Amino acid sequence: MPKDHGIGASPKRREDVRFLTGAGNYTDDINVHGQTYVHFLRSDVAHGTINSIDASEAEAMDGVLKVFTAKDFEAVGGLPCGWQVTDRFGEVMQEPKHPILAEGKVRHVGDPIAAVVAETPELARDAAEAIVVDIDELPAVVDMKAALEDGATKVHDDLTSNLCYDWGFVEENKEAVNEAFKNAAHVTTLELVNNRLVANPMEPRVAIGDYSRANDEHTLYTTSQNPHVIRLLMGAFVLGIPEHKLRVVAPDVGGGFGTKIFHYAEEAFVTFAAKALNRPVKWTSSRSEAFISDAHGRDHVTKIELALDADNKFTALRTDTYANMGAYLSTFAPSVPTWLHGTLMAGNYTTPLIYVNVKAVFTNTVPVDAYRGAGRPEATFQLERVIDKAARELGVDPAELRRINFIKPEQFPYETPVAVAYDTGNYHATLDKALEMTDYANFDQRAAESKARGKLRGFGIAHYIEACGIAPSNLVGQLGARAGLYESATVRVNATGSISVMTGSHSHGQGHETTFPQVIAEMIGIDESQVDIVHGDTSKTPMGMGTYGSRSIAVGGSAMFKAAEKVINKAKKIAAHLMEASEADIELADGQFSVAGTDKSVAWGDVCLAAYVPHNYPLEDLEPGLEETAFYDPSNFTYPSGAYFCEVEVDPDTGSIDILSFSAADDFGNVINPMIVEGQVHGGVAQGIGQAMLENAAYDENGQLLTGSYMDYAMPRAADLPSFSVDHSCQTPCTHNPLGVKGCGEAGAIGSPPALVNAVIDALHRGGYPVEHIDMPLSPSRVWNAIQSAK
Amino acid sequence: MYNFDFEQPASVDAAVAALKDEDALPLSGGQTLIPSMKQRLNAPSKLVSLTAIEALKGVSAAGGALTIGAATTHATVAAEASAYPALAALAGGIGDPAVRNRGTIGGSLANNDPSACYPAAVLGSGATIVTNAREIAADDFFDGVFTTALEEGEIVTAVKFPIPEKANYQKFEQPASRFALTGVFVAKTADGVRVAVTGASEEGVFRWTEAEEALSANFAPEAVDGLSASADGLISDLHGTPEYRANLIKTLTKRAVAAA
Repeated sequence: MPKDHGIGASPKRREDVRFLTGAGNYTDDINVHGQTYVHFLRSDVAHGTINSIDASEAEAMDGVLKVFTAKDFEAVGGLPCGWQVTDRFGEVMQEPKHPILAEGKVRHVGDPIAAVVAETPELARDAAEAIVVDIDELPAVVDMKAALEDGATKVHDDLTSNLCYDWGFVEENKEAVNEAFKNAAHVTTLELVNNRLVANPMEPRVAIGDYSRANDEHTLYTTSQNPHVIRLLMGAFVLGIPEHKLRVVAPDVGGGFGTKIFHYAEEAFVTFAAKALNRPVKWTSSRSEAFISDAHGRDHVTKIELALDADNKFTALRTDTYANMGAYLSTFAPSVPTWLHGTLMAGNYTTPLIYVNVKAVFTNTVPVDAYRGAGRPEATFQLERVIDKAARELGVDPAELRRINFIKPEQFPYETPVAVAYDTGNYHATLDKALEMTDYANFDQRAAESKARGKLRGFGIAHYIEACGIAPSNLVGQLGARAGLYESATVRVNATGSISVMTGSHSHGQGHETTFPQVIAEMIGIDESQVDIVHGDTSKTPMGMGTYGSRSIAVGGSAMFKAAEKVINKAKKIAAHLMEASEADIELADGQFSVAGTDKSVAWGDVCLAAYVPHNYPLEDLEPGLEETAFYDPSNFTYPSGAYFCEVEVDPDTGSIDILSFSAADDFGNVINPMIVEGQVHGGVAQGIGQAMLENAAYDENGQLLTGSYMDYAMPRAADLPSFSVDHSCQTPCTHNPLGVKGCGEAGAIGSPPALVNAVIDALHRGGYPVEHIDMPLSPSRVWNAIQSAK
Repeated sequence: MYNFDFEQPASVDAAVAALKDEDALPLSGGQTLIPSMKQRLNAPSKLVSLTAIEALKGVSAAGGALTIGAATTHATVAAEASAYPALAALAGGIGDPAVRNRGTIGGSLANNDPSACYPAAVLGSGATIVTNAREIAADDFFDGVFTTALEEGEIVTAVKFPIPEKANYQKFEQPASRFALTGVFVAKTADGVRVAVTGASEEGVFRWTEAEEALSANFAPEAVDGLSASADGLISDLHGTPEYRANLIKTLTKRAVAAA
């Protein structure tokens, strides 16, 4: 019998009522009295020297307040990077300045050159067209390998080259890895591309700057996943505004997927301009603008080699990756191809020796940063592809090859050779579950039926590991993070027992307003309707680090749990006083405090009232009130894992792919709300299939984005997807957080691309077309071309 | 979008008169024009809406022909062109419901997008485009990408389709836009078979005459087996090479014949 409330129940998402009835409060719904509008004049060339900007005509237009250029920002900082990577020679990465408006050069299509503030958005746009910019175009740096050649045009003239860093991990193992390859019985090699993506949240970015002259206070309303992080980065490093004079509000946010983590120029601009003009300034991105100003994701080019012994055991893994940083370092860009990628290269396997080399490269393209999964999809894709290729070369069943190399259940906790220690897992269980869900036994019969219709049926497996619950602050500090990654929560019990939880986590679709109350309700035994979640406003919530890396429940939920524990402990003291009993004898269940072994009890609400109306209260021992704050810093990452199986049919005449079934068996540890977890997997798988089959941010050799609208950038639609079969019954709870949770937000996007690609390659092989690899997206034309080349 | 004047006349004559102003453009469903204006790529001084002219609307079948008013939406054609099922199916597959409820056949033909569906049906059916001034045979109407035989200020008022014995349209969608990456319309009449291809050529919709000859002799998918569409002059873009599109032309032609 499924639970109907508390942890493990699936109440419907309470926030959906407002989202689905048009009552949401998104940033663009906010209008501040007297607001003006900014339009950014953006570069239409990828690389060039700015000779002059003549804004005189624009500034003279009626309704134009001011045209800003880089000159207006000489006294403020550039956009900071939140992570410093140290390369394999012990040197820190090259870190170019990232100005708010282009200084001297433009470095990608979309780079903002000038900003017009006017009384209406239309006027601002009209005026932007009247600005005359004289640019000498320079050769565009687009291809990463060419960018690193001697004599290549430099994106940043003040750097020594276009190389941001050359990272080796684990550098000390390099020679041992090379030695293992020399002794291998078999080596499988694969070269592949992890395609560049545009996140495309449903809500484009918006920012409103407001300034109060009366008390010198700034307010920034922005579409952010982490308002406190923006306040810190922008306040301390860009504009020099102390925290107590800067409020950042991220109200309802319509999807983030990583791209709304980062601190963007537009946020700093509206905050700065609002004070300069003493008028609120609003910016609303168009979809076209989002394509060339939101940080992109992925964009790795990799060569991976897997060494196996005569028993088909993995003996070593070696990878060589080029990671595109784009024109500037976005907030967390350097961490993605390194610590969020290299540390996952062990996957679910006992490979003893691993060496990962990553060269991060500057190019004249939009900056690249974290996107759903961030580094872990890139790691999983190459690993699960090369294992599949090895299985084919060796003539072994791909499930069996994985199984014999899995870390065994009894080996946990397991130290990988790439610096992380998995606390729990049972990969055999998830693999078996997925096989069961997929009816693998009858595949051959289905394949024969497809063949009779002229179609090629294939079956693909991927197993993934990810590191979530980001992250232990002292560890990431050693790795180059310039921030702590704890989370905070305040549990404020009101006088009649209702509860407001102020959390540093931010919900932009995840359902925190539903799931977080489930935890509190379970702990206290009250109805979930008595608990509300407050998030997204630095003036209301304690300093927290926000939502990304599948960390909300694992880190933010744990902070809330700790704060609620403190509340309960204090409430027990009050209850003990009210019942004239010993605190040690007080038990809390179903919203009632009782004295063990007696029939004495007092209700939750009465205890809360006593805390705020302390007439009968131990005032000499206890302060009145019932409100506690906790900051939780995890001691390790969490390690969700799972097996994803995909069955496809390929039309050899057109190259089109029909996904017939998709099964996901995930181990997320304990699950708070199964319905929401399933929804997260559905969304993640849809995004992963989008990457694998449809999406591609493609640049031409001049640095022009060829896929700058939905006419050419293919988003996944419902009709492209099968009805997913998902399961999360294989649960090995996390051992180091109080809820035993691991996080589920990114899993779908991590596990699904290799499952789909493996299935298509399998279909082609079974159909007599020995194609080793097709780079994503597996568009019909790419699949058809591969078939032709294999004929 | 820049400012513009707007008129919504009730008759074709009034619309023709209103279009005499410099930089005035006719507006039908606006599915191409409005987005291009929003992107500031098009800046007419005046839009003359054709959607209030009742004479331009409706679907009627008589004497073996189907006549569709130029301002009839795709959704209406999908629902009401039951006398010509292949055409109704084509209309029902254009864009999405929002597009089908605004976009019109006349607008689509006057625009002549190289990847649009209707040009394939009109050319494949050997239809006649009726304007305020004359009647134009389909073979004379399409004049390259986004170009037609229409004169300045000339308005499409209706399209007359001879109803074939058999017909079918096969559309292979471009993954992003869902326009035709390649689409093939095949129609069999007493006079023979016509095969019209959209989405594939740099010159816009065209007839695959070799296939027409082969299918006129034997209306069966196998009749096309020995042929191959030439890749010369076909579109090369992110979504497909000329060779890929040539393959699609042949594959879709066979499928259209099989389904007709």
